[in-house]
Amino acid sequence: MLSITDTDYGTPARRSEKLVSLEIDGRAVTVPAGTSVLRAAALVGIKIPKLCATDSLEPFGSCRLCLVEIKGRAGYPASCTTPVEDGMQVRTQSDKLQMLRRNVMELYISDHPLDCLTCPANGNCELQEMAGVVGLRHVRYGYDGKNHLSAPKDESNPYFVFDPSKCIVCSRCVRACEEIQGTFALTIHGRGFDSVISPGQREAFIDSECVSCGACVQACPTATLIEKSVIEKGQAEHTVVTTCGYCGVGCSFKAEMKGNEVVRMVPNKDGYPNLGHSCVKGRFAWGYATHPDRVTKPLIRERITDPWREVSWDEAIQYAATGLKRVQQKYGRYSIGAIASSRCTNEEAYLVQKLVRAVFGNNNVDTCARVCHSPTGYGLKTAFGTSAGTQDFASVLKADVIMVIGCNPTDGHPVFASMLKRRVREGAKLIVVDPRKIDLVKTPHVEATYHLQLRPGTNVALINAMAHVVVTEGLTNDAFIAERCDLRDYQLWKEFISRPYNSPEAVEPITGVPAHLIRSAARLYACGGNATIYYGLGVTEHSQGSTMVLGMANLAMATGNIGREGVGVNPLRGQNNVQGSCDVGSFPHELTGYRHISDPQVRAAFEREWGVKLDPEPGLRIPNMFDAALDGSFKGLYVQGEDIAQSDPNTQHVTAALRAMEFVIVQDLFLNETAKYAHVFLPGSSFLEKDGTFTNSERRISRVRKVMPPLAGKQDWEITVALANALDFPMKYSHPSEIMDEIARLTPTFAGVSYEKLDRLGSIQWPCNDKAPEGTPVMHVGQFVRGKGKFTITEYVPTSERTSPRYPLILTTGRILTQYNVGTQTRRTPNVIWHAEDLLEIHPHDAEQRGIRDGDWVEVVSRAGSTTLRAKITERVQPGVVYTTFHHPESRANVVTTENSDWATNCPEYKVTAVQVRLLKPLAEHREVGQPSLELTAAK
Amino acid sequence: MDISRLVSMANQIAAFFEAWPDKDEARKNVAQHLRNFWEPRMRKEIIDFVRNGGDGGLKSLAREAVLLLAAETQSANNAT
Repeated sequence: MLSITDTDYGTPARRSEKLVSLEIDGRAVTVPAGTSVLRAAALVGIKIPKLCATDSLEPFGSCRLCLVEIKGRAGYPASCTTPVEDGMQVRTQSDKLQMLRRNVMELYISDHPLDCLTCPANGNCELQEMAGVVGLRHVRYGYDGKNHLSAPKDESNPYFVFDPSKCIVCSRCVRACEEIQGTFALTIHGRGFDSVISPGQREAFIDSECVSCGACVQACPTATLIEKSVIEKGQAEHTVVTTCGYCGVGCSFKAEMKGNEVVRMVPNKDGYPNLGHSCVKGRFAWGYATHPDRVTKPLIRERITDPWREVSWDEAIQYAATGLKRVQQKYGRYSIGAIASSRCTNEEAYLVQKLVRAVFGNNNVDTCARVCHSPTGYGLKTAFGTSAGTQDFASVLKADVIMVIGCNPTDGHPVFASMLKRRVREGAKLIVVDPRKIDLVKTPHVEATYHLQLRPGTNVALINAMAHVVVTEGLTNDAFIAERCDLRDYQLWKEFISRPYNSPEAVEPITGVPAHLIRSAARLYACGGNATIYYGLGVTEHSQGSTMVLGMANLAMATGNIGREGVGVNPLRGQNNVQGSCDVGSFPHELTGYRHISDPQVRAAFEREWGVKLDPEPGLRIPNMFDAALDGSFKGLYVQGEDIAQSDPNTQHVTAALRAMEFVIVQDLFLNETAKYAHVFLPGSSFLEKDGTFTNSERRISRVRKVMPPLAGKQDWEITVALANALDFPMKYSHPSEIMDEIARLTPTFAGVSYEKLDRLGSIQWPCNDKAPEGTPVMHVGQFVRGKGKFTITEYVPTSERTSPRYPLILTTGRILTQYNVGTQTRRTPNVIWHAEDLLEIHPHDAEQRGIRDGDWVEVVSRAGSTTLRAKITERVQPGVVYTTFHHPESRANVVTTENSDWATNCPEYKVTAVQVRLLKPLAEHREVGQPSLELTAAK
Repeated sequence: MDISRLVSMANQIAAFFEAWPDKDEARKNVAQHLRNFWEPRMRKEIIDFVRNGGDGGLKSLAREAVLLLAAETQSANNAT
């Protein structure tokens, strides 16, 4: 059901420049052409009874409750399926309409349990409300006839119950699954009275193709599909609008509350970018916030081998400050640093970098964006002038050709994937560039025109070949290039890209992709209308990650696919605030707004604001910190909200570096793997416990609102403030809005951002300043931020991580819908029911050669180390490639990944690791006892 | 810091810019990249390594860029 505070207008809004005027119950109404009579009435406060209609779905006209009378027309048309016409005169109430509606309700209620007082939907049930509206007082048919009242409940889904005894077969759930989510998991089984809602082929929800996005639950007008949390806790009494803390889509939610307790999270139908949609993580997997594993008291210890000791906040902060001072006094100013979190708010990330630059006196600050999208920052800034995607998500609905490269949106960015699939169902062409057969290659009612199934590590060769086709076949947009791009750079690039070694035929042996497919895909991209690129970590986490970002920018500029709706180059950011943490200066070489620390004018503004002199030199990046720790020159680290011991590559290297440090502070929700090497643990707060803002992949700044008090007593920004104060640098903020005001004062692209404006507009896409007071959905319109677009030569340089007889397979990694990154949150929710362990996907040919059967335990060995996983034999991967997720610490996926990294940014090359896979024996024993307890081995 | 790692990183940067037709520009770009993104102790270590005749498989473009960086650093230090 909808949120308790939602208004339902019955049918979706229509966009039209033509306005239509009509009269409803004597009231003049003017609405865009195409609007339904039902919606037109609702817009002026006239409520026409309805059941099968809701404004998130196309009208269906089945319940016959929204009947109206229209002057000059015979009969009683359904107002949901009747579009408005000029001069129309509509009557919504009459004795006849009342009788018809009551008769319909009588039929519904004759096959519906009369348990309203004990029903979980009591107080928020459309059927109950409609029974009251139509004045139903008795049911003439009795309740003894054939009915569905004893239909068994399906409680298989961990988050919601399906109770068919309460179902009125309005099809809202089926339509929501089709129209909104695009999974087509639900159907109507049977005909007439036997019609029932069915997941798949009359399967239980848990066994069906249902992805638990919750769209059906939200669409249901009764308690047929209802959250278990509502059954347990009852209806909420107030709502708070906030922003999801999972992926980079950044969905807006209404937290439905009972006091300080969350009853349920409902996607905000008025909030961007999701407009009422959600995925299983954002909608349901928030229980980690109150999980018993949460640490709620600060902890300290002298040595990492000592047991933790609970202390007061004052003692912990003082201990932390003293430790940092001691290290700096002993080893010098540059011996300490910090890692800001891409999970925390903009304001919190800003304070961490301020702490480092203003208090530590160096620039040794980095963020977990280092290990995901730092190449995006480098590449897009170089090509276009700013380190961010070019479009808003809604732009995909104007695309004619959608190229998805190195990302798996149905798993990683599900709400955006639903928009993308909708556009493909409307006729847009899809090109998938991925080593695996991801779901988008072929899923119900969506099929990629081309799947370029390249070998991991050959992205640049492939994108160069596509650009070669565009240039050599005369498919460039010369007018765009002449007007918008630097012509010298273009000529150099054109000469380079035209060389025969960049042709599809020449790169076919490198990429493994047939030349004719590359040629066809390039022609489609160049000539198919609005062409847009969406990409993920399959682009960035390579030794040539930055080169590939530049290569995509080259292709987009060469074909003129930049600077309007429906086109662009767009990173799908992994974490909720990767974009934001980078925007607010978390990289060691940049202050807020991506301005280099060496720029004296920029630095001077910060020096005035903060009252200190800033170091002009770039600081250490995360991998440099580890290297410096091992050489003895980096001795202290403050880590806010990142589990580097689990998420960073070559775990042995990382843990050796952590052990080499003298003082480590970890601030997190849980005692994570990194905390094993820490001397201070400062308990952090979840997104439900803090105020602030997140910035999503489309540069959208959205408010995060505190819905419950911090379990440990402090929001994360308050902890950093306390630490700064203890280090004798006063930070005097009473609310994160004051931190945002400071960011706005110091950052031209944020100059117009304030909490007041965010509250008024709902969200803002930066740049937001005098030129764009309400933000900028599409960038580089008319002119690139850097002036002229820059083409860059993108030579393909093979990674040094090569296969060999000893390591003949390439391991690549990714994530799955129900789990999130290293699983710190999702493993502490019922989502584990879908993904209890990480598996190694292996092609049948490779499995057969090794005698591996489905489910066998196998050892994965790389040059860095080895780990064990169970095998899943599948043709989703190509021969020679194996794949795993990294959501469970016991999988130790990063024990095998190497320190290879992107040439420009040191982003780790997670996506290419040469490995061997061996069957472990004896099989039966492994199956009985679970994962074998192999010692972590170093092959180096 | 592990000099072999720094050499490897410098070589990667050089490999990207090696395709530039103007070798002087390529050298300046590599040096600029080191200046923009490498922390001073990293720059110092690779400069010392090259000045002391270290090889370690450092590409010639990377070596030239490091020497250019060294000269610029020296000149900046003299100016201050």
